[in-house]
Amino acid sequence: MPVKTRVMPTLLFSNVGLVKGVKFDSWRRTGSALQAIKVYNMREVDELVFLDIRATPDMRAPDFAQVDELADECFMPMTVGGGVKNTDHIGGLLGVGADKVAINTAAFERPKLIEEGARQFGAQCIVISIDALRHEDGKLEVMTHCGTRRTGKDPVEWAKEAEAAGAGEILLTSVDRDGTFTGYDVALTRAVSDAVRIPVIASGGCGKYEHMAEVLRDGKAAAVAAASIFHFTEQTPREAKLHLKAQGFNVRV
Amino acid sequence: MRSSVTIINSGVCNLDSIRRAVEECGGRPVVTDDARELEQADRIILPGVGSFGAAMKAMNEKGLAAGLRHLLAKRSLPFLGICLGMQLMATKSLEFGDTEGLNLIPGDIVPLNSNDAEDRIPHIGWNTALPTRESPLFRGIDDGRDFYFVHSYRYAPVDHADVLAETPSYGKFAAAVQHGHLMGVQFHPEKSQRAGFQLLRNFLAI
Repeated sequence: MPVKTRVMPTLLFSNVGLVKGVKFDSWRRTGSALQAIKVYNMREVDELVFLDIRATPDMRAPDFAQVDELADECFMPMTVGGGVKNTDHIGGLLGVGADKVAINTAAFERPKLIEEGARQFGAQCIVISIDALRHEDGKLEVMTHCGTRRTGKDPVEWAKEAEAAGAGEILLTSVDRDGTFTGYDVALTRAVSDAVRIPVIASGGCGKYEHMAEVLRDGKAAAVAAASIFHFTEQTPREAKLHLKAQGFNVRV
Repeated sequence: MRSSVTIINSGVCNLDSIRRAVEECGGRPVVTDDARELEQADRIILPGVGSFGAAMKAMNEKGLAAGLRHLLAKRSLPFLGICLGMQLMATKSLEFGDTEGLNLIPGDIVPLNSNDAEDRIPHIGWNTALPTRESPLFRGIDDGRDFYFVHSYRYAPVDHADVLAETPSYGKFAAAVQHGHLMGVQFHPEKSQRAGFQLLRNFLAI
C-alpha cells in the first residue's frame, strides 16, 4: 500500500500578507497568513506550502521571525520557501518549525546548494521548486526569480539534475496555468514524474477537484498543491479528498 | 503538575515544533544541549531532522551521546526518539558512509527501497503505523490511523521483537520501535494532528 496522496494548500506570502496572482502576475491580497493556518489546522489538511514570493526578487533572506510565528500555530507539516540561498537559511527555517525547505532560484544558480543541504539536513527536507513556462510553440522552459527570468533550461533535465544532486521532492508549478483555473499541465507533470524517482507535487492551474484527479492519474503526480481554488471558491481540501476517494485514490479522510 | 520533558537539542533539528507540540499536549518542555542537565530529566525526547552523521557528530562533540547512553543504562527513564532521533538509537547508519549511533536498540539504518514505481523515495506523506502488540504509546489510537512520515532510511532492528509498529509500504518497515523504556517513532507525532498528539500525551503519561 503506497503512501496517501496529499492535497496541499499553497499560501503565497508577500510583504503585506497572503496574495494570489494569475500567471505569476496581477497579485491580489487574500488575507492573513495566521488566520489561514489556524483554519487549515482545524480542518486537518495534509500539508501546507508557504512561499515568500518577494524574498528573492527583493534580494532578502527568509523572514525567520515571520515563519516562527506561523509555525508555532501550525501543527501540520509545512514546506517553507522563498529567499533560501544557503545552508544557514535551510537550518534556520527548519529550526523555527519548517519540516521541509523549498529552494528555487538559488538552487538553479548554484546546484551545489542542493548537495550541501542534503548532506547536512538529509535529502528528505530539500524540496526543489521548479517554475515551468510552456511557450506557445509547446516548448517548456524553467523560469526563476518568481517566474520573471528565463533560463533556457528544460524542466525535465533540471528535475533530473536536481534529483541527482540530492533533492528529496519537486514542487512543479506551471507558470502559464497558475491562477487560471484551467487545470494542471498534465503533460509537464507526467514528463517530470516519469524522469525522477522522488515525489513530484503538481501545482498551478487547479480549478476543480477533477483537475486533481487528472494530474494524479495521467500526470503521475505524488501530491497536488493548489491555491486559487481554496482562496477564491467554496471548494475545500477535505471535499477535494472526498472526491478523489470516490474515484479510488488513496487519500486520508 | 505538568509532566516535564527534556528535549535534546542535537544541533540540526526541528526543535520548535516538538517544543510547541509538547506544550499543546500539556507537558512542560525543557530544551537542552547540556549533558549535565540530562541528569535531572523525568523523561526525554530526542528529536531530529537532518543527516545521521551531522547529528551524531554534534551529539558526540557536546558529550550528549555518552551522557545519554550512561543515563539510560542507569535509570529506566521513558525515552522517545522521533524521526532521525529514532534512527540515532540504532547501532549504525549507512547514510553517507557508516556512522555509529547510540546503540540503544541494536540495529542498522538502511536505505528504503521498493520495486514498486508507485513507492517514491523519500517516503513523504501520511501513512499507517500498525502496532504489532499492545503498548502504552499507541493507547487510544485506532489501528490504521495515519501519521506523517518524511524519510529516506529505515530502522532494521536486529531483534524483530523490538518492532512496535509497522508500515505496509516499501515492503514493510518499522514505523516504531520499543525495548522497555526506550521508544522511537519514524513518523512525526508533532505534525500528525490528532493521532500524533494522542501518542505524545501517551508518552507524557508513561
